[in-house]
Amino acid sequence: MFEIKRDPLHVEEVVDKVKSDSSGAIATFIGTVRNESMGKRVLYLEYDAYEEMAIKKLREIGEEIKKKWEIDKIAVTHRIGRLDIGERSVVIAVSAPHRKDALLACQYIINRIKEIVPIWKKEVWEDGETWVGKQ
Amino acid sequence: MKIKTKFFAGCQDIVGKREIEIEVEEGMTAGKLLERLIKDNPGLESLAKNSLLSINMEYTSLDTLLGEGDEVVLIPPVSGGGDV
Repeated sequence: MFEIKRDPLHVEEVVDKVKSDSSGAIATFIGTVRNESMGKRVLYLEYDAYEEMAIKKLREIGEEIKKKWEIDKIAVTHRIGRLDIGERSVVIAVSAPHRKDALLACQYIINRIKEIVPIWKKEVWEDGETWVGKQ
Repeated sequence: MKIKTKFFAGCQDIVGKREIEIEVEEGMTAGKLLERLIKDNPGLESLAKNSLLSINMEYTSLDTLLGEGDEVVLIPPVSGGGDV
């Protein structure tokens, strides 16, 4: 249910993973590459990951969620490598009997990814580049 | 004993390698290993201030004792996901 890949992400593939007869809702989040950061024009992003640990931490987030909300299934696929403007960096899907749980869990996952999952992004501009985060 | 360390993102840019093996003495802590990595790669010093350390894929503290074959990684501030 948790995957890191170098190829373009397909939303439908991730959504299909969480389909369940007991679900009344599937919430999704899609992260995309924006063309601007702090007033600078971004050319593309480069993502790096400590893949084994990232998967382990995503699984832990899955466990956290099951304690907080009534959830059927969770799927997260994160892309790494070079991503151009407009491409998808992450797709999250959460299925649940009721929409409120699915929506809250989906937001929780993306927030936790940014806290504990070892995936990094480098912004490349016309006149330089930097790894994002206080480095 | 042998310790494995891996370098990601900004750390890899500084060290120029993805992975190295280091021979260390028994009783070495994660913090002491970090000091040694910084000594060998001074560029890591400022990055290390805002980073976390992991041992065998679990976040850890500087005073944790290392064991044979441990995988120790300096984890700079993470920034995965997408815009929220």
